[in-house]
Amino acid sequence: MMDFLTSRAFKGTVFVLLVIGLIVLPFFLRPFGLLLVAMWMVHAVAALGLNLTLGYAGQISMAQGAFVGIGAYCTGLMTLAGVPYPIAFLCSGVLCFAIGWVLGYPALRVQHHYLAFVTLAFSTLVFLVMRNEEWLTNGIYGLTDIPRPVLLGWNTGKAQDFYFFTLLMTSILAFCVWWIISSPWGRAFVALRENPVRALSLGVDTRRYTLMAFAMGSSIGGFAGALYAPLVQFFEPNSFSLTLSLKLLLMVIVGGAGTFFGPFIGAATEVLLPEWLRIAQGYYLIIYAMLVMVLMMFCPTGIIGLGERVIAHLRQKKISSERSAQAQAMGADTADKKEGAGQ
Amino acid sequence: MTPVLQVTNIRKQFGGLTAVDGVSFSVNEGEILGIIGPNGSGKSTLFNCVLGQYQPTEGEVRVDGQLVTGLRPCDLNRLGVSRTFQLLQVFPQLSVRDNLILAGQEHKGTMGTRLFGARDAGLTADANRMIEFFRLSHVADEKAGGLSYGQQKLLDAAMAFMAGPRLVLLDEPAGGVNLTMLGHLRERLQAINAEQNATFVVIEHNMEFVMALCDRIIVLAEGKVIAEGTPDAIRSNPEVIEAYLGH
Ligand SMILES: Nc1ncnc2c1ncn2[C@@H]1O[C@H](COP(=O)(O)OP(=O)(O)OP(=O)(O)O)[C@@H](O)[C@H]1O
Ligand SMILES: [Mg+2]
Repeated sequence: MMDFLTSRAFKGTVFVLLVIGLIVLPFFLRPFGLLLVAMWMVHAVAALGLNLTLGYAGQISMAQGAFVGIGAYCTGLMTLAGVPYPIAFLCSGVLCFAIGWVLGYPALRVQHHYLAFVTLAFSTLVFLVMRNEEWLTNGIYGLTDIPRPVLLGWNTGKAQDFYFFTLLMTSILAFCVWWIISSPWGRAFVALRENPVRALSLGVDTRRYTLMAFAMGSSIGGFAGALYAPLVQFFEPNSFSLTLSLKLLLMVIVGGAGTFFGPFIGAATEVLLPEWLRIAQGYYLIIYAMLVMVLMMFCPTGIIGLGERVIAHLRQKKISSERSAQAQAMGADTADKKEGAGQ
Repeated sequence: MTPVLQVTNIRKQFGGLTAVDGVSFSVNEGEILGIIGPNGSGKSTLFNCVLGQYQPTEGEVRVDGQLVTGLRPCDLNRLGVSRTFQLLQVFPQLSVRDNLILAGQEHKGTMGTRLFGARDAGLTADANRMIEFFRLSHVADEKAGGLSYGQQKLLDAAMAFMAGPRLVLLDEPAGGVNLTMLGHLRERLQAINAEQNATFVVIEHNMEFVMALCDRIIVLAEGKVIAEGTPDAIRSNPEVIEAYLGH
């Protein structure tokens, strides 16, 4: 039983149940609820990208929100100009891939908090461009009336249709991320995080993998932005300020950095939980902040890490209870023998 | 015959300190060369200069006659030169098997096939063979960080052999390994040397281990080679006894 809880089969089952749940969900939720769940998925995608860069490859980035912004503006501007959505979607990803690649160069020279500052500065730079370059971005007024795509005759304009569209795209992107982390690249990323010097001595081209980790993580952030634009249909520069980058960072860490499901859980705590905890009203943020502090103090590996620990604990308990049962049986055995010897 | 490794007049300075001071030596194919010397005599620094970890202040390194000074460690590794570090260096969060697959995967295919091709880069069988060879079968699926020190040390060495290297530089492979494990490690190294004709350079403080393993030994003191010869010659060399072995 305990073994099952950590097995691949279990993870697969959870995944399938989750997807089935998300497919039948529209029949139980009102449009607002649906868009909220779609919002969760979009954040989860952005966090999946950051998790690739930070959780797997160990390169801290405070700029993921900026990439979501770049992706959103790219798709928003292009679709408003009449470009078909699929092309705009791909452009968002490719653009963020290229910019992410360039942002990776500082990571070849600096690490940890220095790298955090470099990416922080980049994030601010992007925000300033979005706010000040009115000819391109419409400045503080942002973009409005972004159309939802019509794909092969399927109009995703209504909440339910767009929800299914988001679910489809999220599944595809999540599969891509899973494909990357389960490939030799994923192994090389982990090696890069854990011991770059040793990795280098084993033939791992750490330069190339570092740049790739940045580029791929950023490009997934860009795809998240490309989904975000038609989801909200209106946004302004503040939607992608540093706050978003910090939120995404928090999602990855709270969920469990370097685990596949972590970003989904982390995004849920950021996007869904506040809505469910409406009753707590103004206290919500206080409660949330305190929960995060306690979690980080006692389980820095996040919620996934906490779950793994609980399972390990239960398993230990089971083993020791089996042992003691065995010991009792053996004790009874020897007692029998003693009695036998006595006779 | 060109030597597998030829090191000529390597010098390495750290500020005012000369850690390695004009060291030259060469190693022939299939040979096991030992490097001994007191703490701080520049052995590890010499390795790091040979392997591209440090840029030497002076001197050159040739592998199979090809000049490799200035090459990055990963490029050197792909030429068939691998190493271990003095301090244990495994990837604690990866399983034993994944540590080994990682050690071999960059030698197979391209970046593209590594992304789109087989998840294990086709190395599971090789990794399992190595796991068995180093007697790590019962911990093959454990995370490397959970292994005992000696087991991690064996894994560390096994990783250096995963890509079938021609030349392996080992920095204190026996450090912290217990006696049983030590005999076991020596036997593994000799087996690989015999079977694959791999060439070794081994830094080691454990004299018994070095003397039993190596064909030839060079002795470093204060960054300079003070003696070179067979284990027996080194054992009875008065200068070496004076500088290192004691009485
Ligand atoms: N990165 C570095 N920066 C400055 N000095 C260094 C550096 N690496 C080594 N040294 C110095 O170079 C000298 C040689 O060090 P090295 O590590 O090569 O010795 P070693 O022979 O391997 O010693 P041990 O047997 O203790 O491992 C020492 O004096 C050390 O302080
Ligand atoms: Mg040393």
